[in-house]
Amino acid sequence: MSLQQEYEVLRRVPFFAEVESSKLKLLAFMSERVGFDDGKIVCRQGDPGDAAYLIIDGAADIVLEGPAGPVTVATLGANEIVGEMAILCNAPRNATVRAKGRLVALRIAKEPFMRMVREFPNMAVSIMQELAHRVQAMNSQLQAARNEVNQLRARMSAAAE
Amino acid sequence: MSRETPPKPTPPIEDSIEPSVYRFILRHSLKQQILLLILTLISFPFLYYSLDLPKTIVNHAIGGKHFPQPLFGLELEQVPYLMTLCGVFLALVFVNGGFKYYINTLKGQLGERMLRRFRYALYQRLMRFPPSYFQKMSSAQIIPMITTECEQLGGFIGDAFVLPLFQGGQLLTIIFFMFVQDPMLGAAAVSLYPIQGYIIPKLQRKVNQLGKTRIRTVRMVADRVQETAAGLGEIQANDTAKFQLSHFAHLLGTIYDIRFEIYRRKFFVKFLNNFIGQLTPFFFFSIGGYLVIRGNLSFGALVAVLAAYKDLASPWKELLDFYQNNQNSRLTYDQIVEQFDPANMVDAELLLAEPETIPHLSGELAVANLSLSGDDKSRLVDGVSFTLGLDEHVAIIGQSGSGKDELALLLARLARPSAGRITVGGADVAELPLAVVGRRIGYVSATPYLFTGTLRDNLLLGLRHYPVLPADHGDETAKKRAKQLAEARHAGNIDFDIGADWIDYQGAGVADAHELSLRIAEVLGRLGFEEDVYGFGLRGQVDPDTSPELAARLLEARQALAQRLVRDGITNLVETYDLDRYNSNASVAENLLFGTPVGPVFEFDALSTNKYVLQVLDKVGLTEDLIEAGRDVAATMTEIFADLPADHPFFEQYSFIGATDLPEFKTILGAIDNNDLKTLSEEQRLRLLSLPFKLVAARHRLDVLDARMQERLLEARRAFRADLPEEARGQIGFFDPEQYNAAASVQDNILFGKIAYGEADATTRVPEVLSELLHELELHTSVIDVGLDHNVGTAGSRLSLGQRQRAALARGVLKRPDLMILNEATSALDGQAQTKVMDGLFGEFAGRCLIWALHRATLARNFDRVLVMSGGKLQEQGRFAELDHKDSLTTLLMAAE
Repeated sequence: MSLQQEYEVLRRVPFFAEVESSKLKLLAFMSERVGFDDGKIVCRQGDPGDAAYLIIDGAADIVLEGPAGPVTVATLGANEIVGEMAILCNAPRNATVRAKGRLVALRIAKEPFMRMVREFPNMAVSIMQELAHRVQAMNSQLQAARNEVNQLRARMSAAAE
Repeated sequence: MSRETPPKPTPPIEDSIEPSVYRFILRHSLKQQILLLILTLISFPFLYYSLDLPKTIVNHAIGGKHFPQPLFGLELEQVPYLMTLCGVFLALVFVNGGFKYYINTLKGQLGERMLRRFRYALYQRLMRFPPSYFQKMSSAQIIPMITTECEQLGGFIGDAFVLPLFQGGQLLTIIFFMFVQDPMLGAAAVSLYPIQGYIIPKLQRKVNQLGKTRIRTVRMVADRVQETAAGLGEIQANDTAKFQLSHFAHLLGTIYDIRFEIYRRKFFVKFLNNFIGQLTPFFFFSIGGYLVIRGNLSFGALVAVLAAYKDLASPWKELLDFYQNNQNSRLTYDQIVEQFDPANMVDAELLLAEPETIPHLSGELAVANLSLSGDDKSRLVDGVSFTLGLDEHVAIIGQSGSGKDELALLLARLARPSAGRITVGGADVAELPLAVVGRRIGYVSATPYLFTGTLRDNLLLGLRHYPVLPADHGDETAKKRAKQLAEARHAGNIDFDIGADWIDYQGAGVADAHELSLRIAEVLGRLGFEEDVYGFGLRGQVDPDTSPELAARLLEARQALAQRLVRDGITNLVETYDLDRYNSNASVAENLLFGTPVGPVFEFDALSTNKYVLQVLDKVGLTEDLIEAGRDVAATMTEIFADLPADHPFFEQYSFIGATDLPEFKTILGAIDNNDLKTLSEEQRLRLLSLPFKLVAARHRLDVLDARMQERLLEARRAFRADLPEEARGQIGFFDPEQYNAAASVQDNILFGKIAYGEADATTRVPEVLSELLHELELHTSVIDVGLDHNVGTAGSRLSLGQRQRAALARGVLKRPDLMILNEATSALDGQAQTKVMDGLFGEFAGRCLIWALHRATLARNFDRVLVMSGGKLQEQGRFAELDHKDSLTTLLMAAE
C-alpha cells in the first residue's frame, strides 16, 4: 500500500472530502502507517487524544469501559476514522479502540493535523461542514427520540386514564 | 598487581615571576648564556682567519713568485701550496659552519626552553587566579598572551647577549682597523654614531608606546570575537549584527591608525639611518679625497677604509635591529607579566604542595563573623556566624541576592572572605593546602563546567590529583618519556607523567579500575543519571580490537535478542539485516552499502556522487531507473510541499528536499523535455539521482521502491561488494551476522537490523526488551561503561543543563568529600528528578556533611538544619519544624514560590 493509495482512502473520508489533493497527500505523507496485532490497544479510554486513526485494513472494536465492565459498542472497518473527536476538542478519549484481527491504520498525529487545519482554511471549512452534518444528524435523531418519548408518555397517560 | 605507593612527587613551586625580561633571562639561563658567549669568542679567531685566508691565497699562492713556501713546517711548491691552502680554506668553511650551526642550535634550544618556562609560569599563575577574576576580565585577552604574544621572546632570549657581543665585536674590530689606517677617517666613520645613538631611541620610544596600544587593541579584538561567538544566538535574535559589525570595524580602524603611525615612524627611523649611513661616505670622499690630494693620506689607505666601511654597515644594522627587537621584547614581557598579577591570587605553595598524608576533616565546622565585600564595597555576606557538626545535612535558603550563593562559595573556599574565618576542627580553612580542600571538600554549582572530552574524564576529574601508578611504558617509549621529562625539568616544568594512572582509587573508596566502574554505575543510579548514560552507551561505539571480550559478549547479546524476539512473538518489530533480502526499514543507501560507512567516502549523503557507486549502478543498469525514481520523488515532493512557506516546520520534519532546494527541483522537472530524462544536464540528472538514496520503503511508502526495484537494488548490493577495490574495504563496516561492526553503534550491533516502522509500539517495546535482556546478561553496566566514553562536547555543550548538573554531582560524589557544598546544584531538574537526586545524595552523605544552598525554600523540609539568609545576614537558623511558623522568614520564602 503506498502513499497514493492512502491518499485515495483519505479522500473518501467525509471529513477530508473537500480538501485539495496536494494537502491531503501532505497529510498522508506526514502520517505514519501503524500495524496492530489482534487485541492490541490502539488507544485507551481516558488517555489524552494525540492522534486520529484511519483504518486502512482490518477492523477495530470500539469499547466503552463502564462500571459493569467493557462493552463493545461498535466495530469499524476499512476507510473509517476513529479518534478524530479527541484531537479536535482536546478531550480525553471517550472510548477504547482495540484491533480486531490484524489492523493496519494511518496514524494522523494531532500536531501536524491541527497545524494544517489552522493554515488551510479549506480544510477547516470541510471539517466544519462535516461536523455540522453530524450535529444536524444528531439533532434529527434527538428530535425523533423526543417524539418517541412523547408518544410513549401520551400512550402511558392514556392507558392510566 | 602490586600496589606499593611510590613516594609522592613534588612539582616545582614558583611563587613569583621576574619583573623584567633581563632578570628572567639571567635568573634562568645565566649558565647557558655564558656558554654561548664563550663559544662565540672561541669562534672569532677561526672567523678572522677565514676572512684573512683568501688574501693569502690570492697574493701568495696564485700571485706569489718565491717557491717553495714554508707551510706547517713543510716546504711546498706553488700548486701543492695552493691546494693545501684551499684545503685549509675548505676546512675553515666547515669549522665556521659548524660553529654557526652549533651556536644557532644552542640559541634555539635556549630560546625554546625559556619560552616554555615562561608560558608554563604564566599558565601556573593563571591557575592561581581567584575564580571571580574572570567575571571582570575576559579569558580571550589572556589566550593570545600565552600563545602568540610571547612567541617572539624565544628568539630574543637566545640572542640577548650573544648578538650584541658578536656584532658589537665585529663592529669594534672594523672601527679599530679604520683607526689604525687613519685616525681622522676612523673618527669620521664613527662621528655620526652619537647622533644616531641620541635620536633613534627618542624616536623609538614613541613607536614603543604605539606598540603597547596596539597590543591592547588587538586583545580587545580577541575579546570581541570570543564574545560574538558566545553570544551568536543573542546577536541573531536581536538583529544587532550591524551594530556589532560597526563596533568591530571601529576597533579595526583603531588598529589601522596605530599600525599606520607605527609604519610611518619606523620607516622614518630607517630613512634616517640610511641617510646617516650614506652621509659618512660623503665625509670619506670629501675629507679623504682632500687629504689624498694634499698628500696627507695614501690612496691605498682610503680604498681600504672605504672597503672596511662597507663591512661596517652589516653589524651596525644588526645592532640597530637588535635594539628595536630588544625594546619590543621588554615591552611585550612587561605587558604580559603585569596582566598576570591580579590581587588575591592563591598562594603557589597552597596550590601545588602535596602533603604526605591528607587528613580527613573532623570536629566542628565553625563560621565566625564571616563577611564578603563586593567590588562596590557592599556587604554581600555580612557577619555570618554558625557552628555545625560534620555529620549534619544543612540547607541554606534565601532569595537571590540574599548572600546564600556567596556563602556557599566562601565555604568552598572559592572566594576569600574580607573578614571573619572558617575553621574545621579548630584549623583555619584558609590555610589548608588545596590538596586537602580539593579532596575533602566538594563543591557543585548550578552551572558546572565540563571539560571537552569524555564523560568519564569529567567524572574522574575529582580523582586526578597526582600520578598514583607509574605508566607501564615499553622500553622504547620509556626512554623517550624519560627524555621528555628531563627536558621538562630543564624548562622548570612539572615532570609528572601524563600517561601514568592518576586515578586516586583509594580516595574513591575502591581497589581498582573494575570496582571503580561499578562504583560509577552505582553513583549514576543514585543520581538518576543511569538511563541517560545507558542511552549514550547504546549509541556509542566499541572497538573490537581493544575490547575483544566486550565485543564477543555483545555478539552473544545479538543472538540472545534474536531468540527473545522469536520467543515473545515480536520478530516483526525488528527487521534483521540479511545479505539476500532488501531491508524495507533501511534507506536505499544503507541497502546498497549493506554496512556502516567509516569516514567520509561512503557517507550516506555522499553516496549518490561517489564515483564507484555510480559505476556499480551503471553496471547493473540501475542509473536510469533511479533517476526516474528521483523524478517521481521530486514530483511528489514539489506537489505536496508546493505552497508551504520556506520556513515552515514541516520541511524540517518531513520533507527530504529542503525548502531552499525545492525551487531547484521544480526547475529540473520543468526542464524535462518530452518525458525524456536524457534531455537534462549531467548535473541535473545527478541531483535527481540523489533523492531516492534517502528513501526508506516502509516509512515513505512511495511507489518507486516496488518489489522489482528492490530486487535490482539487491543486485547492485552484490555488485558493489564483489567489485569493491581492496583499499576501499576499510571504509565500510559491512553487516556480518558473525562479526562485531566497529563502525556501528552498540544498539545497532545488538539489534543487527532496523526497528520496524509502522508496527505499533515497536519504538518502545524493542528498547524495553533490549534493556531487560542486557540486565539478564549482566551487560547493562558494560553499556553504561561505553556510555562514559560519550564526548560531552565543548564545555559540555552536547549535554543538557540537567545532564551537566548530574554529571557534576556525580563528579563531586565520586571523590567522597567529608564536606559537600551544593550551590543550587539541581536547579535544572524537574520536581520528580529533584526528589530522586536529593534522596540519593542524602543516602550517599549519611554521616557526612552536606550543605546545600537551595533554589527553592520548600526543599529545605528534609534537612537537619536550615540557615536562612537575607541581605547578606544570617536571619534565622534551626530545624525546619522550628522555623515553619506563621511569622518566620522561612514561611515567607516558601509562600513566595
